[in-house]
Amino acid sequence: MSRDILISVRGLKTAFGPHVIHENLDLDIRKGEILGLVGGSGSGKSVLMNTILGLNKPVTGDISLNGKAFSEMSRKERRYVDSRWGVLFQNGALFSSLTVQENVMAPLREHIDMPIPLMEEIAGMKIGLAGLDPSAGAKFPSELSGGMRKRAALARALALDPQILFLDEPTAGLDPIGAAAFDSLILELSRALGLTVLMVTHDLDSLHAICDRVAVLAGKKIEAIAPIDALMRNPHPWIQEYFHGPRGRAARASQES
Amino acid sequence: MRGSRSDNLSAARVVVREADGKTYVEAHGNWLVDTIGAVYSVMCKIEEETAPGDIIIDVRNLGQVDTSGAYLLGRVTRRCGAPDGDFHFVGVHAVARDLIAEVRERTSACSPVETSTFGFLKAMSRIGAGLEAMLFELIGTLGFFGKTLTTGLATFAQPWRFRLTSTIWAMEEVGVNAMPIVATLSFFIGAVIALMGANLLETFGVTVFMVDLVGLSVLREFAVLITAIMLAARSDSAFTASIGSMKMQQEIDAMRVMGLDPYEALVLPRVVACVLMAPLLTFGAMLSGLFGGMLVAWTAQEITPAVFISRLYTEVPIDHFWVGLSKAPVFGLVVAIIGCRQGMEVQNNVESLGRRVTASVVQSIFTVIVIEAAFALLYMELGI
Repeated sequence: MSRDILISVRGLKTAFGPHVIHENLDLDIRKGEILGLVGGSGSGKSVLMNTILGLNKPVTGDISLNGKAFSEMSRKERRYVDSRWGVLFQNGALFSSLTVQENVMAPLREHIDMPIPLMEEIAGMKIGLAGLDPSAGAKFPSELSGGMRKRAALARALALDPQILFLDEPTAGLDPIGAAAFDSLILELSRALGLTVLMVTHDLDSLHAICDRVAVLAGKKIEAIAPIDALMRNPHPWIQEYFHGPRGRAARASQES
Repeated sequence: MRGSRSDNLSAARVVVREADGKTYVEAHGNWLVDTIGAVYSVMCKIEEETAPGDIIIDVRNLGQVDTSGAYLLGRVTRRCGAPDGDFHFVGVHAVARDLIAEVRERTSACSPVETSTFGFLKAMSRIGAGLEAMLFELIGTLGFFGKTLTTGLATFAQPWRFRLTSTIWAMEEVGVNAMPIVATLSFFIGAVIALMGANLLETFGVTVFMVDLVGLSVLREFAVLITAIMLAARSDSAFTASIGSMKMQQEIDAMRVMGLDPYEALVLPRVVACVLMAPLLTFGAMLSGLFGGMLVAWTAQEITPAVFISRLYTEVPIDHFWVGLSKAPVFGLVVAIIGCRQGMEVQNNVESLGRRVTASVVQSIFTVIVIEAAFALLYMELGI
């Protein structure tokens, strides 16, 4: 069982000054799964993601990748890990001064030794993988629509063929058609490329459609983690309200139909 | 499919073998994004030299493969009519065939990045574009000035619409809070002029003329110029940033929808504040500059403050003071107009905010100096 676990978080405590965000939080992410992370606004979903990514330093607790704790890694190992996970930030976080193609090439240029023409071809391939039109490659992020920007950011996140993809609210701000297309894209990619995905989302449709398991962040720790059907039977009041509120019912109904 | 990356990272290799009129491309090692750089040129050569229908990809010795590796491997058959036909492959690999097909299906040729060319025509067209942009900026700023003027006149006719609170707040920001820095700068400028004048005039034995020098230059030019430049650097950029961020957050749109005129609520108070405060700041700068010169005269040349002031009183005509002060409201107006206009021009993204703030400071300092030159000519012709 433990061989299947890619990232494990143990006894995590994070705090901003006196304000404690997580306390004694445990989380396991299995290889190849799409794990949804839900929680109320301000419950620290993005903070948890940033902490796993190393953008936030936890007060106590340890995070390990493939059984190796980050705290025991050398700088070089840590840099290697950093270069090998793809992150899709909420607003894309594309470099505004570079075109989409240059954005996708940026991690390749930084970490990989390969001829520039091949880099350009690979960037074009990733842009295609992310479901963008080839003409988007020459555009600047400011010229793209919200959905296209997310796809461009996904292409950049995929540039180094990561094992793990972190998605922060990937479908927020997309119209339902775009959101559904993005969901199926992520599902397809994760199956085709064997990706492990951690997805912070509020989109109940996404949770139903593509997540293998869903983790609920409530009360400063992971309150429950289970496939969504099992999770909906969880008696915890917040979970009940979340999944059985009017929107939850609507999402479930559309899923069943 | 790829296991842990760090172990067994053997390099990608290609072995080309000819048999039965077919070309076998054997992939060895791990074809991953960080290893395939080594085989790129070989793969390009194979693609160029071999008929695409005759290529057979041998994946028996292939180790781990990712999308980039699959892309490069599958690339050799891309010009064939059936690039993923069974006859193209030999050997069994867990993921290679699927991955190659998947990648090919989704790959789109990216249009090449436009490389900038350097040439005479290109240079000329850039100069032309720059001049055109300058002209449009000038027209835009004049248009904005006109709009502000009409708003101002309309408010003059209906004085109860004037935003007194905003204006007072802007006056504090622009005037009172800027006084220390303007005074400090002017103090040093006055002191430096006195020092340099003292050295020069000493050779003629007429050091007492440094009073005239300090008085004339500070009153007529430097006090007002320092004030204008500080206004441009400090207040003008603040105007652009604050109005620009409001524009970005759609606050300006919200105001319009509510029936509030942003020119009346945002621009006019700032312009009025700048026009009113610039002369006051200039007056402060004059005092402080003279004080700096006086201190240097006293310590370096033993011209006592009493002598300094009495000589200033008799030898430096009051005209210089009025000339200096008369320019201040004009500079204040120009700086405020440019700052507010650039703020209103901000688009819906952060880059344009940064660009506009820079443009705003550069334009206002530029304009201040051009107007300063125009004033110098004007007053020379008038003989003041």
